Amino acid sequence: MGRIVTLTASQTPGLDAVLARHPCEESQLIPLLQDIQDHVGYISAESMRAAATHLNIPESSVYGVVTFYSQFYLTRQGRHKVKVCQGTACHVRGAVEIIRAVTARLGIKPGETTRDFEFSVERVACFGSCALAPVMVVNEKVYGNVTPEMAIRILDELT
Amino acid sequence: MSVELTFTIDGVSLTAQKGDTVLNAAKAAGIYIPHLCFSEGLESYGACRLCIVEIDDVRGMPTSCSTQVKEGMVVHNDVASVNRVRRMVCEMLIADHPLVCLSCSANMNCRLQDVAAFLGIKGSRLRRMVRKPIVDDSNPFYTRDLSKCILCGLCTRSCHELRGVGAIEIAGRGFESRIAAPGDGPVRDSTCTSCGECVDRCPVNALWAKHETLPPTATVRTTCGYCGCGCGIELGTRGGKIVRVRGDRSAPSNRGSLCVKGRFGLDFVSAPDRLTTPLIKRNGVFKEATWEEALDLVADKLTSIRDQHGADALAGLSSAKCTNEENYVFQKFFRAGLGTNNVDHCARLCHASTVAGLARAFGSGAMTNPQIEFEHADCIFVTGSNTTEAHPITAISIIKAVVEHGATLIVADPRRIDLTRYATLHIRQRSGTDVALFNAMIHVIITEGLGDDAFIQGRTEGFEALKACVADCTPEWAEPITGIPADKIREAARLYAAADRGSIAYSMGITQHTTGTDNVLALANLAMVTGNVGRASTGVNPLRGQNNVQGACDLGALPNKYPGYQDVEAPDIRKRFEAAWKTPLSPTNGLTVTEIVSAAGSGAIRGLYVMGENPMLSDPNLNHVEQALKDVEFLCVQDIFMTETAELADVVLPAASFAEKDGTFTNTDRRVQRVRTAVPKPGEARDDWAILCDIATRTGYPMAYASPSEILDEIASVSPIYGGLSFDRIASEGLQWPCPDRDHPGTTFLHEGEFKRGKGKFHATPFKVAAEEPDTDYPFLLTTGRYLYHWHTRTMTSRTKGLEEICPPTPIEIHPDDAALAGIEHGDIIEVSSRRGTIEANAHVTDRSPRGTVFMAFHFHEGAANRLTIDAVDPIAKIPEFKVCAVRISTAATTKKTDNA
Ligand code: SF4
Ligand code: SF4
Ligand code: SF4
Ligand code: FES
Ligand code: FES
Repeated sequence: MGRIVTLTASQTPGLDAVLARHPCEESQLIPLLQDIQDHVGYISAESMRAAATHLNIPESSVYGVVTFYSQFYLTRQGRHKVKVCQGTACHVRGAVEIIRAVTARLGIKPGETTRDFEFSVERVACFGSCALAPVMVVNEKVYGNVTPEMAIRILDELT
Repeated sequence: MSVELTFTIDGVSLTAQKGDTVLNAAKAAGIYIPHLCFSEGLESYGACRLCIVEIDDVRGMPTSCSTQVKEGMVVHNDVASVNRVRRMVCEMLIADHPLVCLSCSANMNCRLQDVAAFLGIKGSRLRRMVRKPIVDDSNPFYTRDLSKCILCGLCTRSCHELRGVGAIEIAGRGFESRIAAPGDGPVRDSTCTSCGECVDRCPVNALWAKHETLPPTATVRTTCGYCGCGCGIELGTRGGKIVRVRGDRSAPSNRGSLCVKGRFGLDFVSAPDRLTTPLIKRNGVFKEATWEEALDLVADKLTSIRDQHGADALAGLSSAKCTNEENYVFQKFFRAGLGTNNVDHCARLCHASTVAGLARAFGSGAMTNPQIEFEHADCIFVTGSNTTEAHPITAISIIKAVVEHGATLIVADPRRIDLTRYATLHIRQRSGTDVALFNAMIHVIITEGLGDDAFIQGRTEGFEALKACVADCTPEWAEPITGIPADKIREAARLYAAADRGSIAYSMGITQHTTGTDNVLALANLAMVTGNVGRASTGVNPLRGQNNVQGACDLGALPNKYPGYQDVEAPDIRKRFEAAWKTPLSPTNGLTVTEIVSAAGSGAIRGLYVMGENPMLSDPNLNHVEQALKDVEFLCVQDIFMTETAELADVVLPAASFAEKDGTFTNTDRRVQRVRTAVPKPGEARDDWAILCDIATRTGYPMAYASPSEILDEIASVSPIYGGLSFDRIASEGLQWPCPDRDHPGTTFLHEGEFKRGKGKFHATPFKVAAEEPDTDYPFLLTTGRYLYHWHTRTMTSRTKGLEEICPPTPIEIHPDDAALAGIEHGDIIEVSSRRGTIEANAHVTDRSPRGTVFMAFHFHEGAANRLTIDAVDPIAKIPEFKVCAVRISTAATTKKTDNA
């Protein structure tokens, strides 16, 4: 309605196939976004536009949902996702040191991805495994009682 | 049936209707309950929690914005316990709110200040967080500063729920929550239509209109001068200038909403290039003149042409922009003063086929039902109307019907217009094949027995002729003609026929064809076959374009009708007007706009008087129009700007804009609404009616009125449909004609129980092809239309910088496949030619246009679409075929550009 929208063919491989799996109903928004994230790795601006068009809802609504849930990434993530717990228990038992070691090793800040898209680092609130504090999760695998040295070793094993 | 409930707030006894919330009932009674996230017309949201109250026998503190009044309820509002909680909430809100009230443009007009003042807030006990301004200045009309935002969600809700746009949303969560356009980008790059609804609703100064630098010292309630929606607006003025524009929440047509033109597009009123003095062309250049000189000259020229060549050598184009009173005076001057029926106006170019078609089928050429009734239709069939752009406020009711009430929406339009976002079914007929589509739909309805036999039997005639006409019009027959798959035609027919309240909305996509009248008749057939006329939320509804095009027609600015659609060629009617106007009148119909232009070209018309119209851009085949206007012996133009037409005039007379005069406009609902003077006229500009009266008097037919109110009284005496109207009756709210006498409440919808003409008449409308179809030389079909951001020939909208910024000249929309084949890229300047002319335009590659069809708006004189259009006309209504002509496009100009670069 605002400006004349220019049509561009989808640049994201696989996106059209993902869209085709979901009926054009507003209630499909979250499942569709999860599916996109699983296949594309993150939710690009193009994916949001495509999801909005597919479900026939405003793009702003898609953006609102994507930014509301921390499970959705707006940028392309690394192949390995490193999550370091910042919860109270982990904090008390030295989570800061872990974060420091990990970010120093990879040369990025929490919330960032390495240039080669190998690693992304995130700070996360309590994983619910406080007994194992400090906790670090790499690609869904939980490591407990982590020390800075151990953290670096885990990363090095992945490269 | 409303049930009256009695309850008390802080011991004061109040009444409310069933369904009212405590907050609304308190508001109505003038009792203040603090609130921030509630605004009229929007659902309660329950976010700010400031409107909490205590209610006897109800636990806790419910929010009054979402609690309905019950009989005998005892509500406590201004009590210590409640105010203590409110104070905590308020302190949290102001903890991070910049306290810069004195320099804030919402100072003394801020709901947060109201709340804080009511609660006696002295400061926040919470640690102050200082937020820096987070400003988005990208929209030309309004600015957003998120540091002042209290996240009430009123802006996002108005944008989604009220306007159906959804440009912005609350993004993030918790402390990160913020109002954002997609990707947190500038709002300018979003789908925002700059309607300003969010700006109007924002309770604080997180959103503000850029042009509102000073608060007004006076406010005038009037009617928007742009389009036929007829929005009530409040003009805030100061020092003779408009400094604030608000929608009038009490106006039935728009209930406070406005579009970008009405809210932000009024710069033209005080534009420096307004005409301020009469101008007479001497030796090819305009020289300033006194009113005396100019009026004498015009009167002399008109009388001498009349004396030498007869009255029919004169013609006048009246104006759908001017008031009812001015149109009445204009046609009276021509008919009674000069003695010719050669009066017409631009309705010829938009809805002449409606007037002709609906008058034949129903007996009245107006919209049968008002815009707001779309809201309660079960099925709305929109065809040939890009409603969100051309009738933005009507579109709100249509969207509401779909979103809030689950109505079925069928859009039949070649273009993927924005309304299709809400459509159950979008069918894309090739431009010019509408009759084939409608006939096939009727065929399906009749053969499948989906019609309303009782209605056909009892209220109509001519059904057998229709039946015979559509007998062979199977969907399979229509498929190759229209390009719509047969099963989709069936689906459309079934959806529409299944509705209890089916309503048809159409506009120029239907009327501007050589088969315009047939298109309208076919829609009338469709409505009557299914019994969808004469009840609320049904009908055949032509959305009228100009602010007062309905009124200009009503008041007889038509060559064959006196005011109130009374036939010029009926002797008894002529006698009545001769008696009323005290002079003999011409017994024969006059010429239409298109005929007047041809006659001017051939020398049959020698003197032409144009009031507030710009045929130099609006008429088809401009090269031909230009020659005709140059050839005519004497041309007088009365306008507010030096238009393309005025440039060619011998005398130019400066007139008043809608904000500078009193009178009435009749909107597309047939609602006659007041127009009021808000600011003084610039320089020596005068009211159109007063100018006309002076000229009439000089030509020997004395005309004089003390005020427009007196003119409306005269109109009421000669035109029965306006019989009961007067300024005092419509002071607070407009009335819908027919309103035959002083006690008549006006007519909400037409043809209840009986058609105006008695029985509704079916017409056989066999399909005919358009005048010019694409061929090998001119392979594209060009269709023309409008954009939201401009009005007509841009005389008014081009004076608002922001509108020009958002919608610069001159786009041509073309499908990506066609563009690829032609080697055209988005943004290229391309050459477009038809058999009549060549122009350059800016390629917008978009699938809004179907393959093989290009679209252009007619607003722009740089790249004027009407240099290409054809002046072939509908044989009955004489409306030109603006919607179909054949063009070719070439990249020649692009190549040239690169070569030169
Ligand atoms: S101006 Fe209108 S369209 Fe734009 S964001 Fe505000 S409400 Fe939405
Ligand atoms: S910008 Fe205004 S209307 Fe929108 S959420 Fe913020 S305070 Fe409310
Ligand atoms: S232009 Fe039309 S829709 Fe816009 S504010 Fe004026 S009357 Fe309303
Ligand atoms: S605080 Fe780290 S797992 Fe709970
Ligand atoms: S006004 Fe009721 S919760 Fe905000």
